[in-house]
Amino acid sequence: MTTSRASQDTGEINHLIASYVPLNGVSDELLDAEGQVRPVWRPFLKHLSNLSADSIAQRFARGNQYLKDAGVFYRQYGDQVAAEREWPLSHIPVIIDANEWNTIATGLIQRAELLEDIVADLYGPNQLVADGYLPASLLGQSPEWLRPLVGVTPGSGHFLHFLAFEIGRGPDGMWWVLGDRAQAPSGAGFALENRVATRRIFNEFFARANVQRLAGFFRRFRDQLLDLRAEPNSRAAVLTPGLHNDTYFEHAYIARYLGFMLLEGEDLTVENGKLMVRTVTGSHPISVLWRRLDAAWADPLELNENSRIGTPGLIEAVRSGRVTMVNALGAGVVETRALLAFLPRICEAWRGEPLKLPNVATWWCGSEAARHYVAGNAERMLFSNALSTALPFEVSDSKAIKDQQTAVSDQTINSWLDTNGHQLVAQEAVTLSTTPAYSDGALTPRPMSLRVFLARTQTGWEVMSGGFARIGQTNDPSAIAMQAGGSAADVWISGKPSVDGDTLFKRQQTQYVRTQPGVLPSRAADNLFWLGRYVERAEAVIRMLRAYHTRLSEADDPEAPLVSRARTFLKVLDIYPTKNVPDGLKTTLNSAVLSASKVRERFSQDGWLALTDLAQTAEIMQSSIRTREDAVQDMGLLLRKITGFSGLVHENMYRLTGWRFLGIGRSLERAYATAQLLADFTEPNAPEGSLELVLEVADSSMSMTRRYTVTMSSPPVLDLLALDTRNPRAILYQLNELKEHLTELPGADKHGQLSDLSRAVLEVHTSLAISKPDTLTPDRLREIGEAIAELSEDISETYMQWRGLRDLRHLSFDLV
Amino acid sequence: MIYDISLSISYEYGSRADAGRHTLRLLPAIIQGEQRLILGALHPEPHPDERRDRTDFFGNNVTEVAYRAPLSKIAFNVQARIDRMAAPVGLDISPPLRILPTEISQVRSMSPDQPVHFLGASPRIVSDLLFHDYALQHTHSDMTVLSAVEAIGKALYDDMAFDAEATTVETAALEAFENRHGVCQDFTHIMISCLRSIGIPAGYVSGFLRTLPPEGMDRLEGADAMHAWVRAWCGVEIGWVEYDPTNALRVGSDHIVVARGRDYSDIAPVKGVLRTSGSQTTKQSVDVVPR
Repeated sequence: MTTSRASQDTGEINHLIASYVPLNGVSDELLDAEGQVRPVWRPFLKHLSNLSADSIAQRFARGNQYLKDAGVFYRQYGDQVAAEREWPLSHIPVIIDANEWNTIATGLIQRAELLEDIVADLYGPNQLVADGYLPASLLGQSPEWLRPLVGVTPGSGHFLHFLAFEIGRGPDGMWWVLGDRAQAPSGAGFALENRVATRRIFNEFFARANVQRLAGFFRRFRDQLLDLRAEPNSRAAVLTPGLHNDTYFEHAYIARYLGFMLLEGEDLTVENGKLMVRTVTGSHPISVLWRRLDAAWADPLELNENSRIGTPGLIEAVRSGRVTMVNALGAGVVETRALLAFLPRICEAWRGEPLKLPNVATWWCGSEAARHYVAGNAERMLFSNALSTALPFEVSDSKAIKDQQTAVSDQTINSWLDTNGHQLVAQEAVTLSTTPAYSDGALTPRPMSLRVFLARTQTGWEVMSGGFARIGQTNDPSAIAMQAGGSAADVWISGKPSVDGDTLFKRQQTQYVRTQPGVLPSRAADNLFWLGRYVERAEAVIRMLRAYHTRLSEADDPEAPLVSRARTFLKVLDIYPTKNVPDGLKTTLNSAVLSASKVRERFSQDGWLALTDLAQTAEIMQSSIRTREDAVQDMGLLLRKITGFSGLVHENMYRLTGWRFLGIGRSLERAYATAQLLADFTEPNAPEGSLELVLEVADSSMSMTRRYTVTMSSPPVLDLLALDTRNPRAILYQLNELKEHLTELPGADKHGQLSDLSRAVLEVHTSLAISKPDTLTPDRLREIGEAIAELSEDISETYMQWRGLRDLRHLSFDLV
Repeated sequence: MIYDISLSISYEYGSRADAGRHTLRLLPAIIQGEQRLILGALHPEPHPDERRDRTDFFGNNVTEVAYRAPLSKIAFNVQARIDRMAAPVGLDISPPLRILPTEISQVRSMSPDQPVHFLGASPRIVSDLLFHDYALQHTHSDMTVLSAVEAIGKALYDDMAFDAEATTVETAALEAFENRHGVCQDFTHIMISCLRSIGIPAGYVSGFLRTLPPEGMDRLEGADAMHAWVRAWCGVEIGWVEYDPTNALRVGSDHIVVARGRDYSDIAPVKGVLRTSGSQTTKQSVDVVPR
């Protein structure tokens, strides 16, 4: 009975796998050694075989769209630029049986415990060296063994809290560890995104398939990070190298997912051995830092002196034991490739048991016995740098070494090894298993390696039930790195009965407690402030460009007085309307996107999409051929998009301090721009039609006709656009907004006294509020404009003191 | 020999310098059997908001200071009295060069004096065939390690021109070597590179020279500022030997040790990070007077 159903299933799925032929001598995830579909894959294959090719294409498109909307990308490093590429999802998940997964998990937990003991020894008693399990010269030359951290015990009692292991299945069907990641393992966030996308593709199937969920893993790790805090009022945060890092997206994603601040080195400062984050409300203690920054860059004073992305004094804070680094600075030393050669013996010696999951067979050529063996088996060995921490398939140095090796003939390989042995490891070439990828309506085998994540929780090491699979584009197992065109796939651990729908927001049995109020790092405030300014500036420019092009096509004379005045006005803003989308406008939009991308974790996905869509639209307009007649229409489209963004932000952003900085930037820019606009176009000699243009640019023509029945003249226009407190386009209205935002900000009043900033705002505000329209001469308006511009400096001074002083200077002098 | 040492290093900034944090390795070391610190103090000016004194991995004195208020000038002043014992120059019982790797491979400790820290690359020492070829030209594998050290040091002294204007603290050793000129720091880094290229563990020493030579002797190069020289490991029997390539001599009681490390980056006398946009001028004065 069972057999016949199985064969029936096989019949249905035949067309999918008819041409699925794994290579000889290679394991496969879908088919077992006998060529039978593994049981864990059957339900999924059956589901897939019931879908039409169209339906599959639609589903894949749905997954791709999700990734695109979520802004998942990776950076491809070329010769010059690091371009953002679409996330290469291989839509077919890798499915692994829960029992097999258990074996993997047990092996990796053993390995994690062993690595913890090793790091503790390398930064502590150095028993491994004393007992001869590890050569002293190897450790002494490792750039990852950080001397300033020697003898420093982590406050948390542990060096390692989050690990990743790259594993692969060998020809014998067994799993092998290809490399250890302890420095700042990436991929867990991408694994989550792969899951969400793959789940959207196979939504009905996923709901009834017993696939283990990922969220619980993250929840327990987050709880652990919060528990590691030294004091209850201190915070946990994610530390990123910044926007230009290839996995920045993931840093922002994880910070948002866990509800932690995303910080860069310059957000942090050390005061009396305590790590603090600079915020708009002063310094706040940080006691747990999940770092995605390589240790060498963490502190320019004691580690790499060329680092501009670190925090001077960070090591001092670590030494004081009041900050827990995840993982400890210096933990990267266990990634050293040569360590793989010594781990099996160390495991036997320290734990009295073999490695449950073996690693790639590795020999350090610094020892004579190893050299002898390696020389005799050189043809099946890959040689590489002993101190490298790259993964086997990332190795760029092994090619160079291979060239060097092939340059020596067999007779001299012994002498080559004798001379260079200390710098070399030999590894048995890795053959990865294959897993199905979908291509041209059928499944086809592709090489795969798997990244598995482990986190230390209250109850010990926990393995994430899933992972990040790399899938090769061709049969070549060395081409699975994404930089080499590989793709990524979700990993389903399946087979255990009943899986609860775990999410990060677990329904709490205990009383609901609001989390600690967030603090706003000064750098984030700065970026939000400038985002507000850039978006508002772009809007003002777009409105003026639209008015300009309208007048130009009406007058059909580029030298018509009003056209020429509008052009002069734009020129002051560095905008030259020779193209429909002038370079200056694109620059402003790009600056807005850049500011926003630095505070990605504080944005809703919709807000981000609206903004990038706006910038992309402008980009497309600029690169496609547009006639002058299209200009008015183009500007109208951009205007609708930009107001779409502003609306999203205004309506949906939580009224936290960050929102206020965005608002301050916007109000300030609008008040300033309106003052300039009025000053230029209300001059006595302003050309005919100037006032109408002002009203149009300030979107107030309707208000004008409604409020004033008089004929067009300066005083009512000035009243409406400078002094009206009910017109959001008026200067005074925006100054009111500014005042209100500032009152709500911390530090507005000190001990009941006005701060310098509040005083400055009040001064501009009052002087304008008591003005009458007829006293608002162009000169007076320019004065007001200048006073508003100066407020920008005052705001920076008050809340973002370090702005403009980013030039970190290293003291040094010559010794002679 | 007892010396009185006074050192002052000052920085002036064109515009305000903010959030400064510095590590200072300026106070002479206490070295068992070689150097005694009778008294010594480091005074930063103005008084820092934070100060912490400790020793680093290599046992050097480190003072970490931090300022919160903006500054336009900082000075670091050292006053010290030192008793410097000259290491007796004994027989050359160092092993031949070819034996050295075996001795190094027998090391089973990571303590800071072990040769294993001073091999291969370090932040300011990169391996390059130019150094290797040069070292090979002046040595052979049957030479004792000590004679190889002296041969390379002497060769560099002969081939290189001392030129205080030619390089800065940021100049790479390779560049200075290609041009065959530089100051003590360049001489030292170049010699370290050459020694390590043939497997001799070598490190960097910063310190002082006595300002005025004894009667009838020439004044040494580098006496009017902080100085630097090389230490090389000459096998288990002799251990570390210090050599000054700028003056082509074995280090004796005229040299006072401040700090030891793998290269300049480990023991820079002043390391600091601050935020400023303006210019910076540096002054340094050293006086080392026998009592």
